[in-house]
Amino acid sequence: MKYDVAIIGGGVVGALTARELSRYDLRVVVLEKESDVAYGASRANSGIVHGGFDPIPGTKKAALNVKGAAMMEALAADLGVTYHKNGSMVLAFSEEEMATVRKLYERGIANGVPGISLLTGAEVLALEGRVSPQVVGALRCVSSGIVCPYGLTIAAMGNAMDNGVELRYEYAVDRIEQKDGSFSIYAGEECVEAAYLINSAGMYADRIAAMVGDDEYQIIPKKGEYMLLDRAEGDLCSHTLFQVPTAAGKGVLVSPTADGNLLVGPTSVAIDDRECRDTTVEGLDYIKQAAGKSVADIPYRQVITSFTGVRAALVGEEDFVIEPSKKNGRAIHLLGIDSPGLSSAPAIAEEVASLLRDAGLTLTPKKDFNGKRDSYHVFGHLSDEEKNEWIKRDPSYGHMICRCETITEGEIREAIRRNPPARTMDAVKRRVRAGMGRCQGGFCTTYVAELVAEENHMKPTEVTKFGTGSELLTGLTRGGN
Amino acid sequence: MMEAREIVIIGGGPAGMAAALAAHEAGIRDILILERDAALGGILQQCIHNGFGLHRFGEELTGPEYAERYAREVYAKGIPYALNTMVLDISKDKIVTAISEERGVFHIQAKAIILAMGCRERPRGALNIPGARPAGIYTAGTAQRFVNIKGMMPGKSVVILGSGDIGLIMARRMTLEGAKVQAVCELMPYSGGLNRNIVQCLEDFNIPLMLSHTVSKIHGKGRVTGVTISRVDENLRPIPEESQYIPCDTLLLSCGLIPENELTKSAGIPLDRVTSGAIVNEERETDIPGIFACGNVLHVHDLVDYVSEEAALAGKAAAGYVLGKTKRGTGITIRAAGAVRYTVPQRLSTNEAGEVRLYFRVGRVLRGATITLTCGDTVLLQQKKRHMAPGEMECLVLKADIVAKMQDTVTLSCEEVAK
Repeated sequence: MKYDVAIIGGGVVGALTARELSRYDLRVVVLEKESDVAYGASRANSGIVHGGFDPIPGTKKAALNVKGAAMMEALAADLGVTYHKNGSMVLAFSEEEMATVRKLYERGIANGVPGISLLTGAEVLALEGRVSPQVVGALRCVSSGIVCPYGLTIAAMGNAMDNGVELRYEYAVDRIEQKDGSFSIYAGEECVEAAYLINSAGMYADRIAAMVGDDEYQIIPKKGEYMLLDRAEGDLCSHTLFQVPTAAGKGVLVSPTADGNLLVGPTSVAIDDRECRDTTVEGLDYIKQAAGKSVADIPYRQVITSFTGVRAALVGEEDFVIEPSKKNGRAIHLLGIDSPGLSSAPAIAEEVASLLRDAGLTLTPKKDFNGKRDSYHVFGHLSDEEKNEWIKRDPSYGHMICRCETITEGEIREAIRRNPPARTMDAVKRRVRAGMGRCQGGFCTTYVAELVAEENHMKPTEVTKFGTGSELLTGLTRGGN
Repeated sequence: MMEAREIVIIGGGPAGMAAALAAHEAGIRDILILERDAALGGILQQCIHNGFGLHRFGEELTGPEYAERYAREVYAKGIPYALNTMVLDISKDKIVTAISEERGVFHIQAKAIILAMGCRERPRGALNIPGARPAGIYTAGTAQRFVNIKGMMPGKSVVILGSGDIGLIMARRMTLEGAKVQAVCELMPYSGGLNRNIVQCLEDFNIPLMLSHTVSKIHGKGRVTGVTISRVDENLRPIPEESQYIPCDTLLLSCGLIPENELTKSAGIPLDRVTSGAIVNEERETDIPGIFACGNVLHVHDLVDYVSEEAALAGKAAAGYVLGKTKRGTGITIRAAGAVRYTVPQRLSTNEAGEVRLYFRVGRVLRGATITLTCGDTVLLQQKKRHMAPGEMECLVLKADIVAKMQDTVTLSCEEVAK
């Protein structure tokens, strides 16, 4: 069976591209090497929809960030994803830093960022009482927001699948052959054929490009460590609080998350390991020390987890690379989609569709495209009467599994069954937050594992945390059966 | 019309059942126990080792046997209970909101409420252990449920961080199931568990207990492949030079229990910062009249026998409240000082409370200690104890005549006697 378009990589860019292409009469497949979508950079990042004052004017980053950020609110609403336009501040703690802040303001004006203004220290403190009193001023951007990056990816892929896109998990592309106007995309013995290819492989986009014949790119992983605090601290600040950026990146931020927790981080360190998930003492100590400049008294007793994300930086190129292959114009490469990749993703998806059209693909709008998708969290927001209607229809909505986040069996089964299907413990957690609360799965792990096994027709010992090799169990007890 | 009950008990574990039986004994019949699990018994259901009930029944029972004794009485007395029912909210005016498959979301107006929700384990995130994020990291209680309830093995080669009782019990349990337990690491220079568990679960199986050690790094991509353990300095920071790598496929965490007081907080009941449970008086009544708390939701107990005893106090007191017999007085505050970390109760309703058993824990190991209760400059009571440790819950019996001498604030302190 031959597809019109194969998208390699189910991160936020791949998923939104899939959803964009699902508007048209096309056969589209997404090839994801992991057990779930959003497993690379989209899994663990700051979740900030940047205003767009940071990129250099005239770059793709500047144009796509501003355009993507403007699309995000409506997109999130269509996909049932939580998005808050909470605004951001870049805090200055000296006159030198304030000079940089003024430059960012100028850049924001040049980039066409809506809702930016300069604040005095007193104005900052009036809006954000926990900011360190040493603050001398800030750039405020009211058009900036927060969104859950993997939630957006999962919802985009789900909506794409609802509109006919296919998804293959654990499909690690290792070879691409080109002949007679088509690509044969191999993962071991398996092969998928497609007329057009989108390389949105994130951390591995350089290797996929090389498989098509473009071997001039090199991705370097940059890792960022974060700490996540309990929801009890989610209102410590309302804006995303940045520090003045340096050559190393945007610096350590303090921000509420779309789910209501407080996020502190990241570090930014170039590493070798593209799969890195390690947190370090040094990294977490650095975050605490650096964040202390913005807010002096962050209650780290309330940390519920720490994590590491990797971003795919491109060696020798600061801007996004979004262009057809030099060897074969029917392959579109997306490389170096680091920050502001999440903010730009909706605009990148449109850009890819336009490049495909330029490359000769006919885009005929589908009559029955439905761009709307229900949130996973419908049940929790229903009135008591509505909840009781659901429970009457399906009693499993009355059976509480995750106590901390109050997630019922019905919601977990629904998360496993819906597009994109959840095959692993982490996949369930990222869809409905079961196991993401204060006990971090202490109580519900055994129950969720049973549901994952039952719904996916697996043995309990086959259930994994995040794919092959991460099995939860090593076998049965002596008396177990 | 909203359902009304004289006493609603949240939690059908050892505390909830003992409270229900005591309330029944005191003459209340309109009781409802709400239990989120599929059976009464709480965490005891998965505690299949013995050692329960020595104080209460004078014999060694397993957890399920201990629970069964109470459950049979609950059935025999016909005390109503609802299983698979999770309480979502309690309000200041004692409206309980719950959810179940049978009833959906429903509300009950209670005259009195007894909080008996138990506790949860401290997870990895709260410990902030650096390193990789592979599968194979479990709290000891989760591993216990996999092994004892599901008949499944969470790992074959195990390191345990924390020497809390569940960790010690699981070291033995995993060994009996054929796993190799490499070591139990304890951050503090003393164990957080009962001495008898260190002897019976570690020493008898030649499992090393490494005091002043912690896991400083977790290794592994898919599944845990090993941990780095390090000796810690006096500030509990790992010493890089004194580190070693231990290959293993599983890390179990037994690093403390946290009372589950989310409902308590949502009702606006003040909590004790040390116990993380409600502040209560000798009847285990919280700051909201008619709402009582007992068992591990109030403070973490060492033995279930004391949970039952405390729950019986709360059950009887809740019955007294419903029957209008509650004594009210000017109130006495009990302050913890010196090595005493906390006391339960933290208050007395009146100095006419009669005999009171004052429970407390110390914050460090004391050899040859003096326990002193003072009121102003007056020493009300002084006792000597040869050995005290943070893992053991202490009890001081205050006779009625001593209680009668209390005014305003009394202070309980513990000091080590010079050798």
